[in-house]
Amino acid sequence: MSQESHGHGHHELSFWERYVFSVDHKVIGLQYLITSFLFLLFGFGLMMLMRWQLAFPGQPIPFFGHLFSPELAPNGVMSGEFYNSLGAMHGTIMVFLGVVPLGVGAYGNYLLPLQIGAPDMAFPRMNMMSYWLYLPGGILMLSSFLMPGGAAQSGWTSYPPLSIINPGQTVWLLSMVILITSSLLGSINFLVTSINMRAPGMTLGRLPAFCWAQIVTAVLLLLAFPPLEAASVLQLMDRVFHTSFYMPAGLVILGKTYAGSGGGQPLLWQHLFWFLAHPEVYVLVLPPMGIVSEIIANNTRKPLHGYKTLVGSMVAIGIMSFLVWAHHMFLSGMSPVLGNFFLVTTMIISVPSVAILTCLIFSLKGGSIRYNVPMLFALAFLPLFGIGGLTGLPLGLTVTDIYLHDTYYVIGHFHFVVVTGSIIALMGGVYYWFPKWYGRKMNDTLGLIHFWGSVVSMFGIFFPMLIMGLAGASRRLYDPTAQLHNLIVQPLNVVSTCFAYSLALFQLPFIYNFFHSMWAGEKTEENPWQATTLEWACPSPPPHGNFVKTPRVYRGPYEYTPHGRKADFWPQHEAN
Amino acid sequence: MTSNYGWGLPIAASTYAGKIDFGIWMIHIAMILIFVLWGIFFTYLLIKYRKRPGVPAVREDHPETPIEVAASDAVATLPIATMLSQNMDELKSLTPDLVVMAFEIALIVFYAIPSWNAIKISMPDPKDAVVIHVVGEQFGWDIHYPGPDGKFGRRKAELVHFNNPLGLDKTDPDAADDVVVGNELHMPVNKKILIELTSKDVIHDFFVPEFRLKQDALPGTAIPVWIEPNRVGKYELACAQLCGFGHSLMRADVYVDTPEDYEKWLKSRAAATPAPAKPSNPAEDF
Repeated sequence: MSQESHGHGHHELSFWERYVFSVDHKVIGLQYLITSFLFLLFGFGLMMLMRWQLAFPGQPIPFFGHLFSPELAPNGVMSGEFYNSLGAMHGTIMVFLGVVPLGVGAYGNYLLPLQIGAPDMAFPRMNMMSYWLYLPGGILMLSSFLMPGGAAQSGWTSYPPLSIINPGQTVWLLSMVILITSSLLGSINFLVTSINMRAPGMTLGRLPAFCWAQIVTAVLLLLAFPPLEAASVLQLMDRVFHTSFYMPAGLVILGKTYAGSGGGQPLLWQHLFWFLAHPEVYVLVLPPMGIVSEIIANNTRKPLHGYKTLVGSMVAIGIMSFLVWAHHMFLSGMSPVLGNFFLVTTMIISVPSVAILTCLIFSLKGGSIRYNVPMLFALAFLPLFGIGGLTGLPLGLTVTDIYLHDTYYVIGHFHFVVVTGSIIALMGGVYYWFPKWYGRKMNDTLGLIHFWGSVVSMFGIFFPMLIMGLAGASRRLYDPTAQLHNLIVQPLNVVSTCFAYSLALFQLPFIYNFFHSMWAGEKTEENPWQATTLEWACPSPPPHGNFVKTPRVYRGPYEYTPHGRKADFWPQHEAN
Repeated sequence: MTSNYGWGLPIAASTYAGKIDFGIWMIHIAMILIFVLWGIFFTYLLIKYRKRPGVPAVREDHPETPIEVAASDAVATLPIATMLSQNMDELKSLTPDLVVMAFEIALIVFYAIPSWNAIKISMPDPKDAVVIHVVGEQFGWDIHYPGPDGKFGRRKAELVHFNNPLGLDKTDPDAADDVVVGNELHMPVNKKILIELTSKDVIHDFFVPEFRLKQDALPGTAIPVWIEPNRVGKYELACAQLCGFGHSLMRADVYVDTPEDYEKWLKSRAAATPAPAKPSNPAEDF
C-alpha cells in the first residue's frame, strides 16, 4: 500500500476509519460485496427450506425443523404462514439486498471510479452513508423474523389488501423506505461521478460498456425508486392509521367488516410497485451485462462487436423500461384495452435486448478465445440468459399470458434471467477482478468445480419449472399437492429441490476459494489479464486516491490486437 | 379428474382454449428453433475461435483496400448512404433483431391483439349468456346464481354471516329465488357463460386450467369474464394469486353439465336453499 507516499498531510487512518466507516469507494465496494453475498446466501437458505416443503409437503424439515418455534413449524413441519413469509423474504432479500447491491453497490462502487480514472466517488461521505443505510435496512428486514407475527408474508410484491391485513408488513415497509433512500443516494453519486470526474480524454464514447451499464442503471434507480418509496409510505399509513389508500369500501375479512374508511384502489399499489419493479429488472441485468462485455472483450482479444449498438441498446432499454410495467398486470383487473398498449411496448423492449446479446456473440467471431474461469462464466451467461429472454416472450404476449401468468413458468423465466444470467455474471466478475481487489488470484481448479457445479445445478432447478408451468402448476402454493392439476408434475418439484441442494454444495468451493485466496492466493502482477481499461492502470489493490498520477486517456476501451503493434493490447492510458 | 392433466398442457375444454394453445405451441416452436440455430452458431464460434498458438485475433476494422476506398468515395455523395456504409458492420449485427422483430410484429398484429380482444375485451351480451357471479374469499369461492327470475339480489357487506356468505339481502324481492353455493360451480355446456368476478377481502385469481382462463378477482371491483365450455366434465377452479396462509387450499370444483343436468341441478339447489333468515343487525353480530 502506498498510503504513506500519497497521504502526506493526511493523518494516519485508524482501523475504524479504514475498514468500517471508510469513505474510500474501494472499501465501501468490498463492504457491499461481502454484505450482499451474505444476504444472497441467507436468501438462498430460506429458499432451501421452502424447497423442502414443495418437494415433500407436510414432512418435517430434517435437521432444522425443530429449531423453529412451534408457531412457525409445529413438530418441524412448516406452517402456511411461515412458508409465505419465507417466500416474501426470499424475493425481497434476493432483489433488494442481494443482486442490486452486488451489481451496483459492490461492482459499481469499486470499478466505476477506477474505470473513468477518478480518485474516488464525487461524494465519498454520501457513499459511506449509502452503505450505512443499506446494512441497517437489511438487518431490520431480517430481524422481522424475530418479531411477533413473524416476517412479511404477502409476497415480495406486497399486494394490498392482503399486505395491509397480514402481519409483518410494517417492518418490511420501514426497511424498504431505508433501503430505497440508500439506493437513491448511491445513484446520484454514480451519476455525478461519471459526468464530472472522468479523466482527461475519457469522452463518453471511450467509456467501457460496464460504465455505461452503471450510468443507465443509476438513472433507472433515480427515477423509478421514488414512486415506490411514496407508495410504501402510503401502505404504511394504511396499516398504521387505517387511511385506506389501497382499501376499497365494503371489505369483509374472515367474517368481519373491515374498519377502515374504504374508497381506495388496490390496483394503485400495483401500478406504483411495477413502475419501479420493472425498471428494477433491468437494474438487475444491466450491470451483469456490463461485466460480461468487459470479460468477453478481454478474453477474445479483440474489440467488442458493435460498441455503439451495445451502448445505444442499453440506453434504449433504460428509456423503454419505464413504459412496460403493466405487462405484469394483464390479468390484474386493469382495463384490458391497456393490455394491448403494454403488449406492444413489451415486444419493442425485446429488440434492444436481442441486440445486446447479438453484439456479445458476434464479438466472439474472429477472436482468440482464452477459456479461463471468468470467461466461462461470461460465456455461460449468453445461452442461459437467452433462455430467460426467450421464455419472456409467451409471458409478454397478452394471450398466452392468460394461461401462463402466475404459474411456475414465470418463476422459471425470471430465475433464468436473474440467476443463470445476473448471478452467473456477478460470480464471474469476482474471478475477473479478484486480482484487482487483493493483488492475488483465485484458484482455477476450485473455480472450475464451482462453475460447472453451479451451472448444471441452476439449470436443473429452473428448467423443470418451465415444464411445471406449462402443465398449469401455480406459484406461491404452500402445498402444491392440494390442487389436483399439480399432482402429475409434482415429481419435478423433487428434482428442483435436489438440484437446489447441490447448488448449495457447489458454493462451498467458492466461499473457501474466496477467503483462502485473499490471504494465500497466488500473487499477480498489476495487469494479469493484459486488459486495456483504466482500472488496470493503477496498483493492485489500488491505494487510497487510486492513481499515482491522474491518467490521460488516448483511445477507446477495447483496443485489443491493434494494427501494427506487437502487443495484443493497447491500454487506454498509454500514449504510444 | 386427474386424467385432465399431464406433462404438457391440460385438456382443452373451452372454445378459446385452442386459440391460446396455438399461441403457446407456436411461440415454443419458434423459441426452440431460435435457440437451436443460435446454439449451433455459438458452439461453432467457441470451437473455431479458441486460442491457438501463433493465431492472433482478427479485428473487424481492417485497413481499407483501394476498392473499398473508391466505393466509399462513390457513396459519399449521398449522406444517408455514407451513414449506412460507415455503420454497415453494426447494422449487420441487427439482422437477427430484424428477423425476431418481424416475427413479433406478425404475432402482435395477426394473433395477440385480435385474440386478446376476443377473449378479454369484447364480452357477450348478458341477454344471450348465462350470468353467474363468482366471489372469492379467504379461502374459498362463493357462487351466486340469479335463480328463475334472472335477477341478482342485493348483497351487503354488513349482512355477511357464516350461513349467508355473500350477505344476500333477503328483503330484496330479487333475492328470494337466488342460489348461493360454496366451492361448486356448475355451468351448461356449449353456452356462453358470463361471470362477474369480485372478491370480499383480498385479491384472488380465478384459474381453470382446462378453460385456459385466468383473471384476478379484485375486491371493490366487478370484473366481467366469459367462457364457452365445450366439453362436459369436472374441472378444477384454483386460486392463482397469493391470498394468505390457506391459499393453496383455495379450490373449487367446476362441473360442465349437459343443459338438462344443469337445469336439474339448479332446481335441486333452489329447493335446498333455506328459508330467508331475518336480516340481522351487524352491530349485534360482530
